[in-house]
Amino acid sequence: MFQPQYEAMQPGDLEAMQLERLNGVLSRVYEHVPAYRAKLDEAGAAPRVSDLADLAGLPFTVKDDLRAAYPYGMFAAPLRDIIRVHSSSGTTGQITVVGYTQGDIDRWADMMARTIACAGGTADDIVQVTYGYGLFTGGLGVHYGSERLGCLTIPISGGNTKRQVQVLKDFGTTILACTPSYAVLIAETAAEMGVDVRDLPLRAGVFGAEPWSDNMRKQIEGLMGIAAIDIYGLSEVLGPGVASECVHQNGLHVNEDHFIIEIVDPQTLKPVPDGQRGEVVFTTLTKEGSPVIRYRTRDISRMIPGVCACGRTFRRMERVSGRTDDMLIIRGVNVFPSQIEQVLAGIPGVAPHYQVVLSKRGSMDYVEVHVEVGPDVPFDEIKTLERLRAKVAAEIASALAVNIDVKLVEPKSIQRSEGKAKRVLDLRNEGSV
Amino acid sequence: MVRQLTVFLENSPGRLAALTRAIGDSGINMRALMVADTADFGVVRIICDDPGFAQSALEGAGYGVTVTDVIAVVVPDRPGGLADVLEVLGAAEINVEYAYCFVKPSGEGAIDVFRVEEPERAGRILADAGLRVLTQEEVRLAG
Repeated sequence: MFQPQYEAMQPGDLEAMQLERLNGVLSRVYEHVPAYRAKLDEAGAAPRVSDLADLAGLPFTVKDDLRAAYPYGMFAAPLRDIIRVHSSSGTTGQITVVGYTQGDIDRWADMMARTIACAGGTADDIVQVTYGYGLFTGGLGVHYGSERLGCLTIPISGGNTKRQVQVLKDFGTTILACTPSYAVLIAETAAEMGVDVRDLPLRAGVFGAEPWSDNMRKQIEGLMGIAAIDIYGLSEVLGPGVASECVHQNGLHVNEDHFIIEIVDPQTLKPVPDGQRGEVVFTTLTKEGSPVIRYRTRDISRMIPGVCACGRTFRRMERVSGRTDDMLIIRGVNVFPSQIEQVLAGIPGVAPHYQVVLSKRGSMDYVEVHVEVGPDVPFDEIKTLERLRAKVAAEIASALAVNIDVKLVEPKSIQRSEGKAKRVLDLRNEGSV
Repeated sequence: MVRQLTVFLENSPGRLAALTRAIGDSGINMRALMVADTADFGVVRIICDDPGFAQSALEGAGYGVTVTDVIAVVVPDRPGGLADVLEVLGAAEINVEYAYCFVKPSGEGAIDVFRVEEPERAGRILADAGLRVLTQEEVRLAG
């Protein structure tokens, strides 16, 4: 544990600290961020609470609030005190900017050091930071945490997969940090280069920035011979380091001394009972540059009850199972692409590469899953392929209670990603198919 | 026994042309090509002079390739010639998954390609029945 004085706090002490810090951040945003002052005034809410439960009465912050304040409107500290900015990728609209003071950068490094330590890392480790460096928080976020923990840090950034394999091998990397889909691509590329990652010193991966499934975890662990640890973060709240799995791999410990996590029903916006799935909402307690109050992440998760054997007392959120805005409604059934992936990863011979393609047939939404024929499928006989396709369709139907057409496509015909995998291809605005 | 390459292709315009161009560009000489298709995809089966080289060339060009052992038999060019061969296999309880044929330029008869579950045993049985079963080398020289 990197900071046991916080990570193993008594729950009562933690709540007292959260309450004090919550009142601190509320008064800071009320004072310095006109948008928050207007929000709180409009809701008739005072920037002060006497109990943590009162947080549920405060207004939410949504992505559009941050967009409307582009670029610096949500900063709670003067620009003179901001030493770094990052931004969201902007894949779902205009980018949003977050600012960090020196204190924010320091706390972020601590939280990310906790994350790497959570994955079993120590100062003896060699960390290959394959997240992109730049406006995206992934690269620099992991980088500072790795240095804070004292690891040998390789700032290789994303891309150039053959070089990633070379460095993995030559530099003796022990911990790999990247998106899970890129980890698969690295393993595949290594195999093509005649390198068996299982023979290398690599022993753990800290993977995040996109939803993935337990089956994909098993696949990566098998291909690479490592422990694949799920990490969680988002730029609007911090970047990587918000929450992390420990070696027990049963939920992600949320850094609750710096954040309050809530799970709400995405429709009613009311908090759900502990253990039930809903939308994850974060309030930052210690951020000075870009604090957020009740930020709706659109990520779907739930709190895992009980105490973890690792000794950390911070509560755990389940791995993110999807996003409210990724959710597809297929003939009335809610389906997340990650659920489809979960099914595919469990079928032998099916490559981990798939894409959900949305199009129009007449006025109806039409969904098709494209699955690459993997190298393990003896596809000489048509009946083998037809059987495979029928099996995939049947497994999806049985797991998701909806029938989806499955199309087998050529190996490597689905575009590989070096960052976030594009699991859903939406052609609905490009005419009917 | 002869090694046959099978390539998985999407059923869309230009895919077969692209495949055959890739084969031509790598200097591979095809002896036979057969396409089995469904609505969405097809598999292309190829007999060529150098299957090992062809496999690596096509995989290098991004195609998915599997290699299957098949038997190639010289079938007498007369009525009932093919039936004779199939009756030998049928009597031995050997199931034929698929078959296709090509003609040797010398014109001394057709060569039939059979995909069966036990190609080695099938080859022996056909040879014992007096039929000529070709080796990979004979296929290479057949051009």
